[in-house]
Amino acid sequence: MAEIVLENVTKRFGDEVALDNVSLTIPDGSFVVLLGPTGAGKTTTLRMISGLDEPDSGDVFIDGHSILGQTPAQRNVAMVFQQYSLYPHLTVRQNLEFPLKSPLLQTPQAEINEKVKAVSEVLQIAHKLDNKATALSGGEMQRVSIGRALVRSPNIYLMDEPLSSLDAKLRADLRIELKRIQANSGQTLLYVTHDQIEAMTMATHIGVLDNGKLVQFGSPREVYENPVSIYSASRLGQPRINILPADLFEGDCPKHAKSIGLRPEQINQGKGEDAYVTRVEHLGDQTRLHLKFKEHDLITVTDAHTPLQYGEVVKIQPKEPFFFDEDGARIV
Amino acid sequence: MSFSVTEPSHGQKWFAGILVVGYALITLLPLLWIVATGFKSGPDSIAYPPKIAFEPTVEGYVNLFTTQTRLSNEAKAEPVDDLPWYEQLVRERGNTIVGTSRYSERFFNSIIIGFGSTFFAIVLGTAAAYAFSRFKVPLKDDLLFFILSTRMMPPIAVAIPIFLMFRNLGLSDTHAGMILLYTAVNLSLSVWLINGFIDEIPIEYEEAALIDGYTRFQAFYKVVLPQAATGIASTAIFCLIFAWNEYAFAVLLTSGTAQTAPPFIPTIIGVGGQDWPAVAAGATIFLVPVMVFTILLRKHLLRGITFGAVRK
Repeated sequence: MAEIVLENVTKRFGDEVALDNVSLTIPDGSFVVLLGPTGAGKTTTLRMISGLDEPDSGDVFIDGHSILGQTPAQRNVAMVFQQYSLYPHLTVRQNLEFPLKSPLLQTPQAEINEKVKAVSEVLQIAHKLDNKATALSGGEMQRVSIGRALVRSPNIYLMDEPLSSLDAKLRADLRIELKRIQANSGQTLLYVTHDQIEAMTMATHIGVLDNGKLVQFGSPREVYENPVSIYSASRLGQPRINILPADLFEGDCPKHAKSIGLRPEQINQGKGEDAYVTRVEHLGDQTRLHLKFKEHDLITVTDAHTPLQYGEVVKIQPKEPFFFDEDGARIV
Repeated sequence: MSFSVTEPSHGQKWFAGILVVGYALITLLPLLWIVATGFKSGPDSIAYPPKIAFEPTVEGYVNLFTTQTRLSNEAKAEPVDDLPWYEQLVRERGNTIVGTSRYSERFFNSIIIGFGSTFFAIVLGTAAAYAFSRFKVPLKDDLLFFILSTRMMPPIAVAIPIFLMFRNLGLSDTHAGMILLYTAVNLSLSVWLINGFIDEIPIEYEEAALIDGYTRFQAFYKVVLPQAATGIASTAIFCLIFAWNEYAFAVLLTSGTAQTAPPFIPTIIGVGGQDWPAVAAGATIFLVPVMVFTILLRKHLLRGITFGAVRK
């Protein structure tokens, strides 16, 4: 349990800038999710905090103390690797025990057994404890890998896409479990994902990374409802936000606005100008409507049992849209 | 784990079987010949055509471990009771045992030097290979090539400088000198082989161990070493076989105290005519340690590749 602060952290790998002057405060007890495409610097951020890599410049603090130069063990962080990294020569149980038996923790065996049991039940791997780590499916490996972090009570949990290889049902289960564990224990957690549902449901804070820069940091609602840029707005929302030329619709358009951003709920249906239905996707709980509007494609959501069909006309009108300037920065 | 998609046909199995048996015959026959000769009597060992069926005797082994002298005619006539079986065996040929030979001593030298140099070659080789594999070593490729280049000529090409060097350093005919020499020759092999094995182990395992609260050395010891064990074991066998069988340097640099078995075995033949059974017995016993070592490590050799729990 601790507050983590990154201060002007820059990291280069060769000529490539992985992190560019990133400052980030992870409050004690928060669940911070980092969003961004591959190469945005999410994993590098985790490695800066864990001590697997040192920043080229800048500083990292845990509870106000700089941890630069400390070994990963001294920093007392737990990490779930994207590649699982289970020890192949050990069983599942030994893998889970491994951090508890380290010189750092030196836990008594009775306590180890208790923790391993509890964690393996939460992660639904109790029946696989005596299997070799290599004799597991991808999803099971990933759960063991999460378990290897959860048996500890570190300063911070670092998780690099921990649910990516699980099937949908398990992913939903574990999402709730992880959030519950974190909320109950009050642990600080930094989480990297591509999955916006994970980000929206679990995070107390979301950080949006773009090419090594932290472009926005705030609560999920804030990032969703008040994105600072097109990039930031595209991170959240399913279907994705529609970006169209600013003057496409009738009505006011702020000065310097280059594009207009419309999430499905920012498109009023039934009023305004004509759009043609090009495709109807029934997803069960909702229906996605692909529209053609003045030679531009856009996607919105409509009633689950819509009678609309290909070629029909829907009137649409923007409702409290976002406007962005030439560089993609938000104006209104 | 099967590597083929389809089960081999009956004919293919037979063909493979014949190949394996043929190869085994070619490699095993000389070995069987040596082992058999060790249990033959002197005349049987040089009989022509060779005797396949013969009356086994341990005469060769007795000769190997003892020094003997001819009995005078008077001593031969003298009846002696309660002679041990080996003395009786020797007396049948009119000889008597006057002491032990130096074979066991030479054999023991081989053990010390062979296993000693293997130990150092593996320990140093693993350390160097780990460093080459995991750390930013300046001029890494050049250094690795330089290490390999020591193997590009036959070691005996540097025999004369080494001979002079050893004489000046007082290393000639010492165990330490021979261990040093064999370690030096084997190191290039062990660094290269083990480097390859460690390169195959993803660095993520060590990173996970570092995060899990272990130091770099503990991570190496607990995570890398068990996974490299297969490779290290096979490298150790190669090193031991080289050091064990090495003949040229042993002849050149050892004579009295540190002589190993290979230069000694041919000298056995000189005692009392051509004693092929004793030579064969010496060679047979000489084979045993490498065989045992290989069989002990076989488990590691056959265990094969551990399919990693790292997602690629």
